[in-house]
Amino acid sequence: MNGSPISYSDKKYKVLGTRPIRHDGTDKVTGRAIYTNDVFFPDMVHGKILRSPHPHARIKSIDTSAAEAMDGVLAVVTSKDWPELKDKVAELGEGAVNLADLAGNLLAMDKVLYKGHAIAAVAARDVHLAEEALSKIKVEYEVLPAVLWVQDAMQDDAPILHEHLRTDHMGKLGDKPTNIATHLLFEQGDVDAAMEKADVVIEREFKTASVHQAYIEPHNSVALWNEDGHLKIWTSTQGAFTCRHQVAELLQIPISSVTVTPCEIGGGFGGKISVYLEPVAALLSRKCGRPVKMVMQRDEVFEATGPTPGSYVRVKIGATREGKLIAGEGYLAYDAGAYPGGMIGPGSMCLFSCVDLPNARVNGYDVCLNKPKTQAYRAPGATQAIFAFESVMNELADTLGICPIELHLKNAAKEGTRRVDGPIYPRVGLVECLEAAKSSEHWNTPLEGPNRGRGLAAGFWFNIGLKSSVSATVNHDGTVNLLEGSTDIGGTRTSVAMQLAETLGIAAEDVHPKVVDTDSVGYTDVTGGSRTTFATGLAAYEVGLDLRQQLCQRAAMLWDCDAEEVKFDQGTFSRNGDSLTFRQLAEKLPETGEPVVGRASISKDVSTNAFGVHICDLEVDPETGKVRILRYTAIQDAGKAIHPSYVEGQLQGGAVQGIGWALNEEYYYKDDATMANASFLDYRIPTCYDLPMIDTIIVEVPNPDHPYGVRGVGETPIVPPPAAVASAIYHACGVRMFELPMSPPKLWKAISESKK
Amino acid sequence: MQSFTYHAPTSISEALQLFAKCEGTIALLAGGTDILVQLRENHRQADHVIDVKHIPELHRLGCDPTQGLVLGAAVTCSQVLHSDATQDYSALRDSAQIIGGWQIQTRASIGGNLCNSSPAADSVPSLIALGAEVDYATLEGRQTIPVREFCTGPGTNILNRRGLLIGMHLPPVGARSGSAYERFIPRYEMDIAVACAASYVELDNDGTISAVRIALGAVGPKAIGCPEAANLLVGKAADDELIQKVADQAATMASPINDMRGTIEFREHLASVLVKRTLQTALRRAAGEVIVSHPH
Repeated sequence: MNGSPISYSDKKYKVLGTRPIRHDGTDKVTGRAIYTNDVFFPDMVHGKILRSPHPHARIKSIDTSAAEAMDGVLAVVTSKDWPELKDKVAELGEGAVNLADLAGNLLAMDKVLYKGHAIAAVAARDVHLAEEALSKIKVEYEVLPAVLWVQDAMQDDAPILHEHLRTDHMGKLGDKPTNIATHLLFEQGDVDAAMEKADVVIEREFKTASVHQAYIEPHNSVALWNEDGHLKIWTSTQGAFTCRHQVAELLQIPISSVTVTPCEIGGGFGGKISVYLEPVAALLSRKCGRPVKMVMQRDEVFEATGPTPGSYVRVKIGATREGKLIAGEGYLAYDAGAYPGGMIGPGSMCLFSCVDLPNARVNGYDVCLNKPKTQAYRAPGATQAIFAFESVMNELADTLGICPIELHLKNAAKEGTRRVDGPIYPRVGLVECLEAAKSSEHWNTPLEGPNRGRGLAAGFWFNIGLKSSVSATVNHDGTVNLLEGSTDIGGTRTSVAMQLAETLGIAAEDVHPKVVDTDSVGYTDVTGGSRTTFATGLAAYEVGLDLRQQLCQRAAMLWDCDAEEVKFDQGTFSRNGDSLTFRQLAEKLPETGEPVVGRASISKDVSTNAFGVHICDLEVDPETGKVRILRYTAIQDAGKAIHPSYVEGQLQGGAVQGIGWALNEEYYYKDDATMANASFLDYRIPTCYDLPMIDTIIVEVPNPDHPYGVRGVGETPIVPPPAAVASAIYHACGVRMFELPMSPPKLWKAISESKK
Repeated sequence: MQSFTYHAPTSISEALQLFAKCEGTIALLAGGTDILVQLRENHRQADHVIDVKHIPELHRLGCDPTQGLVLGAAVTCSQVLHSDATQDYSALRDSAQIIGGWQIQTRASIGGNLCNSSPAADSVPSLIALGAEVDYATLEGRQTIPVREFCTGPGTNILNRRGLLIGMHLPPVGARSGSAYERFIPRYEMDIAVACAASYVELDNDGTISAVRIALGAVGPKAIGCPEAANLLVGKAADDELIQKVADQAATMASPINDMRGTIEFREHLASVLVKRTLQTALRRAAGEVIVSHPH
């Protein structure tokens, strides 16, 4: 049941808040949209990657001669083909990467660090020949012991992945080899003294498994290194400019010699920001002088890309008898995968993000182990932390006999709340989301029947601003072409075009948005951090203002007056009784001189702070530990829902991924430290049969940093589900689950033990 | 994927001659829903792929009161589901409608499910519970054996890649009988059984149980018949306590492994739960109730 948004703004809009058909809809539903795998050149060849069978080993030698000698094999590359790369950190928008590590991740240097780690690549006439050539590459390994669990990797006697790595303790380097890349600490108030005064103290440990972003489109790229030295890339990426930057740095060539065309993208969720195939395909193309296409198989996607960290989290909270939180302490250890730089920063910052907690301390650890290098996944790091924190909040509510909504309202973060990592929230909408939950039909409908329970949890994600550029041309038929650099994953072509349409007072359908390559628009950061509708939308608003100003000048030319005398209101230009609609003025533009082209670039160093609250009803089969989700409502502050259907879609999609994380998704490792379930058969994302329709309630508390009040929405909805599901399970069968996934074998075991 | 030679014989004898003639490894193709994936992902190698779909005898599907059900090796799940011939064989229908989705079901055959010989094959416990016999041909001639003797371990069977499965015979069901198949999967669709069970019950006119067959799957290297447990029910009227006792007895036959789909103790427990549930469903069906076990 998806009604109208609950708005806390009195602004009225013509275009914003409506639900036009998306601009890319026809191409998508007819199968005509061009994805990377649709890109084809007559002399194109196919690349495949040789991957390590071992989770941890030293590479003693690689012999590619037999593969190179094969008929139909055009090029073979290994890490020897990288230029010399020094340690250098590149900002990727959502996260950063050390370039030497990135190169090593794409083609292993002296060691392989996880099963599936790329070692060599072959380009051949067809995929099957390329696969056969891979089998002829001889690699000699010295197999090393592997470590897969974050707490094991932190032990002094753990196998060490990087001999040179020293722990960065708040800027001070440790003195011995370790897998702990970073130790960070956030603190405010006097935690120990406040904890002493608490009437109730709850301390619990939580564990979560590695999970994958599980986008439906595998990584795939085409590279053509032209004879003139110019490199062209077509790829599935969340950020064409970020891709260009990484490729240029890895290959040590100027960014101006690289053109990246972002094709349509079949999901990214944070996992398509880092490059994997693009620079390798480029190296192959340079060697053989032909375009090279590379497409991963699903097992390669699971074993060599993603995932997001497995985690160990310990949370301790102290509260008064009335349920007011007075102290909180957190210890988070997240696995970074094979190379430093996981999601521990945002995870630590998010732990207490939903509450006003003046006395708080968080210790966070970023730990290397023998899994693929972790990547961002929808609110990276937040879900693990919030699962722990909200579970403890729910236990506190049950212990004190307080309604969880009242407990959350009593402690809710609001304008002026200082988060443990420092920032003070501007106007935010958590209280309004909790109120919406409280008055929702779902919350007020009793849940009846045996083995059934209801749970609630809140969640938060920062959302980022960063840089975006757009340009726009007014056509003589009254439409506007909009060029943008933000790859469209979740319908942003339309949500950005709608903001331009609103600004110009024209229909959404009269703006024609197009995502273009890196040569054709100004620098634009990744589609990530829930930033695109906010930031690129802001650029669209600014370009609308630019066009309005230019059009006022043209109207003034026609009316022979000063531009300042021309008024613009709701798509109509007027002066003293003269008036022209946008379309009428557009038709007259050729008489007024040069074409009207606008441009705008923005750079915003802000968070847009989206809070959400989820309610989950479920039933547990106590004989098997299997859970059925009966009803689910996702409530979220969108600031302003530009296109409510897309906001609802984001809330539903995030909730579904969070439920999958809660119930069944996990990297399952065999005794030999290799992944057992690198396929969608045994890596269980929910199917449509596993879920009811996810209901949504959109709350609109305008964001003060955006003219239309937009907040990012895409990431927050993955955050609350595991804690909401865990609480519902407790209320259904009396068992508290502290480990994700809460899969049937584990839940059944917990239920049977609770009966003993 | 390695290149292979494709053959499409149109008779059993032509297929058998190919076995003798082809050098290297051979894979038999019916619906291809298992074999093509295995070949493509290099889990299996074949120099020759022999497509058996063009052999008319492998498409037989019919039922008569004296012979029972004849099910050719290449008959698809979809045909099983939509044919009147199978309507008294509920457990087989339960199986056929959860092997893959609709697209898979229009290609995948019950014979192929049997020959792939996965310990978790959805059709095999049902075939055992329904008393099926298997007809196959080798260069030495044709033979018939009980289905429970067909599989020899995970991915292996008595054909040993040198015989051709022709089809299955399922005896006529009793006048007052019912059967059911159920599997446990973590999701609600599109999954492989963590454990599974099938039961067949036949009632006398006075409601006492006259015949029972119970089989388990995914809890051992191959599907397991449980005659001792089944015999506990014969001559009795079923009640909850007895059914639980039979289910627990049947579960003692399980010898599962720990893997990504479940632990040993979870699977042993599931074996009992699923035997209980399939017996309950089979009894209700025997009493004339129409139960669609799989609502999707």
